Amino acid sequence: MSKYSMHLLVCGGTGCHAAESDAIVCNLRDELEAKGLLDSVQVILTGCFGFCEKGPIVKVMPDNTFYVQVKPEDAQTIVEEHVIKGRKVNRLLYKDPLTKEAVSDSKHMVFYKKQMRIALRNCGFINPENIDEYIARDGYQALGKVLTEMSPEETIKLVKDSGQRGRGGGGFSTGLKWELARKNVSDEKYVVCNADEGDPGAFMDRSVLEGDPHSVLEAMAICGYSIGASDGLIYIRAEYPLAIERLKIAIGQAREYGLLGDNIFGTGFSFDITLRYGAGAFVCGEETALIHSMEGLRGEPTVKPPFPAESGYRNKPTNVNNVETFASIPAIILKGARWYSSIGTEKSKGTKVFALAGKINNVGLIEVPMGTTLREVIFEIGGGIRNVKKFKGVQTGGPSGGCLTEKHLDTPIDFDNLIAAGSMMGSGAMIVLDEDDCMVSMAKFFLEFTVEESCGKCAPCRIGNKRLHELLGQICEGKGSLADLDRLKNMSLVIKDTSLCGLGQTSPNPVLSMMDNFREEYVAHVTHKKCPAGQCKSLMEYIINLDNCVGCTACARVCPVNAITGERKEVHLINSATCIKCGACMEKCKFDAIYIS
Amino acid sequence: METIKLTIDNKEIDVHRGTTIYKAARELGIDIPTLCYMELHDMGIENNPAGCRICVAEVEGRRNLAPTCSTKCEPGMKVKTHSTRVLNARRTVMEFILSDHPKDCLVCSKSGNCELQDMSHRLGIREIPGQEFAATSTYRKDTSPSIIRDLDKCIMCRRCEMMCNEVQTVGALSAVNRGFMATVAPAFEQNLEYSTCTYCGQCVSVCPTGALTEVNHVPQVLRALNDPTKTVVVQTAPAVRVALGEEFGLAPGSIVTGKMTAALRALGFDYVFDTDFAADLTIMEEGTELLDRLTRHLKGDKTARIPILTSCCPGWVNFFEHYFPDLKDVPSTAKSPQQMFGAIAKSYFADKIGINRKDMVVVSIMPCLAKKYECQRDEFSVDGNPDVDYSISTRELANFIKQANIDIKNLHDEEFDAPLGESTGAGVIFGATGGVIEAACRTAYEVYTGKKLERIDFTELRGMEGVRSATIDFNGLPVNIGIAHGLGNARKLLDEVRSGKSQFHAIEVMACPGGCIGGGGQPLHHGNSEIIKARAAAIYAEDRKKPLRKSHENPFIIKLYDEFLGKPGSEKAHHLLHTHYFDKKKKIIVKK
Repeated sequence: MSKYSMHLLVCGGTGCHAAESDAIVCNLRDELEAKGLLDSVQVILTGCFGFCEKGPIVKVMPDNTFYVQVKPEDAQTIVEEHVIKGRKVNRLLYKDPLTKEAVSDSKHMVFYKKQMRIALRNCGFINPENIDEYIARDGYQALGKVLTEMSPEETIKLVKDSGQRGRGGGGFSTGLKWELARKNVSDEKYVVCNADEGDPGAFMDRSVLEGDPHSVLEAMAICGYSIGASDGLIYIRAEYPLAIERLKIAIGQAREYGLLGDNIFGTGFSFDITLRYGAGAFVCGEETALIHSMEGLRGEPTVKPPFPAESGYRNKPTNVNNVETFASIPAIILKGARWYSSIGTEKSKGTKVFALAGKINNVGLIEVPMGTTLREVIFEIGGGIRNVKKFKGVQTGGPSGGCLTEKHLDTPIDFDNLIAAGSMMGSGAMIVLDEDDCMVSMAKFFLEFTVEESCGKCAPCRIGNKRLHELLGQICEGKGSLADLDRLKNMSLVIKDTSLCGLGQTSPNPVLSMMDNFREEYVAHVTHKKCPAGQCKSLMEYIINLDNCVGCTACARVCPVNAITGERKEVHLINSATCIKCGACMEKCKFDAIYIS
Repeated sequence: METIKLTIDNKEIDVHRGTTIYKAARELGIDIPTLCYMELHDMGIENNPAGCRICVAEVEGRRNLAPTCSTKCEPGMKVKTHSTRVLNARRTVMEFILSDHPKDCLVCSKSGNCELQDMSHRLGIREIPGQEFAATSTYRKDTSPSIIRDLDKCIMCRRCEMMCNEVQTVGALSAVNRGFMATVAPAFEQNLEYSTCTYCGQCVSVCPTGALTEVNHVPQVLRALNDPTKTVVVQTAPAVRVALGEEFGLAPGSIVTGKMTAALRALGFDYVFDTDFAADLTIMEEGTELLDRLTRHLKGDKTARIPILTSCCPGWVNFFEHYFPDLKDVPSTAKSPQQMFGAIAKSYFADKIGINRKDMVVVSIMPCLAKKYECQRDEFSVDGNPDVDYSISTRELANFIKQANIDIKNLHDEEFDAPLGESTGAGVIFGATGGVIEAACRTAYEVYTGKKLERIDFTELRGMEGVRSATIDFNGLPVNIGIAHGLGNARKLLDEVRSGKSQFHAIEVMACPGGCIGGGGQPLHHGNSEIIKARAAAIYAEDRKKPLRKSHENPFIIKLYDEFLGKPGSEKAHHLLHTHYFDKKKKIIVKK
């Protein structure tokens, strides 16, 4: 990096990518070229910065200026003002929502202040397509250390001592998993990276792979050395083209540098990695299903035991870890088990990446120490609820998790606390809900996903989830009864109790937790046939306020089903039997004469 | 082997490590219900995808319920198979399954013989909550020449898939779609007809519901019987007589040859003949071909293909036409007994009784579903008139007999009609794996050596092992015999033939595990392999009872050659009794 005096880091994460960050890079380069600065200022397309809400982001190094919501046409200003004249472009700086003051260094933004980046340590700092930049930030040092100074057993012990638990959702000790895979003797073993991230609202793994692919490759090699494997496979969904592209580049460069392939660092240890593409089935995130899919079989889970550590890919001992788990490994090796285990709570060590989505101000990707409270995450880092609405709940763990409420806001987030609260860590998606969200519709929404994504192998998941979804639909339409709530609960518990894999064992969680935490809302749907959040169309009625209506006929003209009648300059009426509740009339009315009951 | 102790429903038991809870419970006399699990003991066939979740039980200390079919016993385990939690879960799951199953039991061909229906009854299900707004997964019905797929009735037990892929290695069926619409189908949800299906019917024989059934040809047979212009001739395969009784409550292995003959006559067939006769004829032709090829081979004739493969089994013929078309000159060219019978009935016999072949209807009673397809093959017809008009399975015959109010159990035994009803013990044993080659050996030995066989029972060729081999001493000439039943086992021998490594001179292949007695048209065994073994024992018992036990000693066979065919392998015999094979290697045809 030395030959350049300045670097412009442009976020190349998927969100910013979609918001034309490629064009920003082009324009910046064009501007620099025009000014003859291409030799001294480098433009780098990085991985995700995390602050997706304010993307696209351009960061100027070395002075750490953080520009937000940059447009391609801003390139000229940035080059002329900041690069040439050394003046910050004030209008592109982040404005603190409270103080309304411009903040130029991300360190001082509330969004970043409470974060601690281990898995995401390089995201937004390096060009993911250049191995030298990864190496410049201590990349492949951990692999070197392990191969030259540590035995596999010592490596496993270090990982075990760090207390890291799998970030894919299960929360099983990483070190223990490696140890089990090491203990099983076989001529061939495999290291698999599970990059089949698929729950709605989750983009953690994708961001790591797009922003820092080498950290995963390095960790896989370390894992290979530890368990005695020389083949690594990354199972990645084909819908992640950018991540795939960057992984391919990274693998190529690592091979070229001798960091993958035969006889790494002259130690006699050989390890190489290939990519396997998934067709986008959520269930393939379950490790046995993932392995079957890689073997060319139908992606469906099988009973464990045997665990992959005994008999996995091609019936050989296989260690499967998630992207985020791997991404933290090099840092753990270099900084030590004690350092890592000093972060977090008693039983959940280190940091966790969360994807914030839903009705929250700062949508984005964050990494915080385990033990951070939901309140800190949502109201400080996340900047609170959008449009000054009231916080209602947060769905953690994606469709497999549960919905936590106001009363859980001060619970420190870790594996065990979330389970105790009726949810789970899952892979780390957090979907924030506000007062306008109906908890019956929400449960139905998540169920819709699991119904779609069930592999169909076992009966409770294949049929039971469908029945749950249908019953929720009935309740949303005002056709439910109190007895149905009992049925909903019984079906949910049985599905959890009898399903074969994690998908079915957790799919009723949203229903159970929402019914538990928002019982009165469910009761309102079935007994009073009312949707307190005003979301369930069948339970709404559009009514014309007789005092406000001036008889302009605008509503009657816009109604697609002719449900509104009334003479000109006389009060109009909505025939609720015909009304399809599209809301067009209410939108059209200039006199606030239409309201929802 | 290490034994471990555990308790199931408060009863202690010691089992070998590796035993599943399901099997341990069974040893204790606890019959845990299941819909998907199925095991054919001693045949190496097991289906446990752990998909139905009916067999769940509570294991102390475990978070969720355990599928007992696939959960291994652990020392000190405490299992409850009927706690209220288990009963509630089992019932709820059963309600789920039933909620996505048609309720047309009244007209379902599996009614009364359906494992799902039995389970519903056993669990005391009387209503299905939420049925009024429950969607059902429905699929296009698929009718092939032999098998009907009605996947609305599929419960995803995956037994058919296991049979088709693991046992038969045919690969026509596998799970498709996901979630609620998941089902088992050929690739691209294509019709069975366009897949590699061999119509062996093993999928049908293990299907617990009415999702896979045979094409019913009884109505056509009834119409023929009702038509005064038609002479209706029936032939019955050897395996039918040792299984038909099961459909009427008789013990497996009961031999009902005489009662079956009486019932067929009572049904109105004009001539009740025996496929065993045609089996004897097959031996004459196939045995001659074997000896011819073998002697030429021994003389160094490179054109003589060795080994010779039997060709009586239509499922097997379909299999090699699909998967080994390059070897289509290896199997014997002899037609199957069913087709030899049809060819003789509609030529020699029709002439004999002075009717036109078009006025004769030949019906076969077969343990097999592939026979339905076989008799529809173009090469087995003359001017569009098939040699065998309809093939009905053992199950269909049983149903036909019941429809006709015939109390088969109390019928007096009757004999087959002459002349096509006369047979030897060699014809009978065609019904069990190893039987065809044993029958061939009985004749080939005597023809080749000119000596009388001292020991008729070649017990070394019998048994239930999937692949067997034996060397038979033909008076100093060692003849290496290979036997495979189940197409997966056949594939192993075929691969050896293809790679030139086969040491065998002759190989018998039967598509179905156990041979025809385990055929896809037989009464359902519901996973009880003892039934198949009892049928095999009955086949050999029937053979022992026969006064003549070698095909070439069948007096009518001798007469048929004298009067009509000349000698085995003659031009006329070739014309009537031999066939040729086709390359049916599948191309992907996607039909909308």
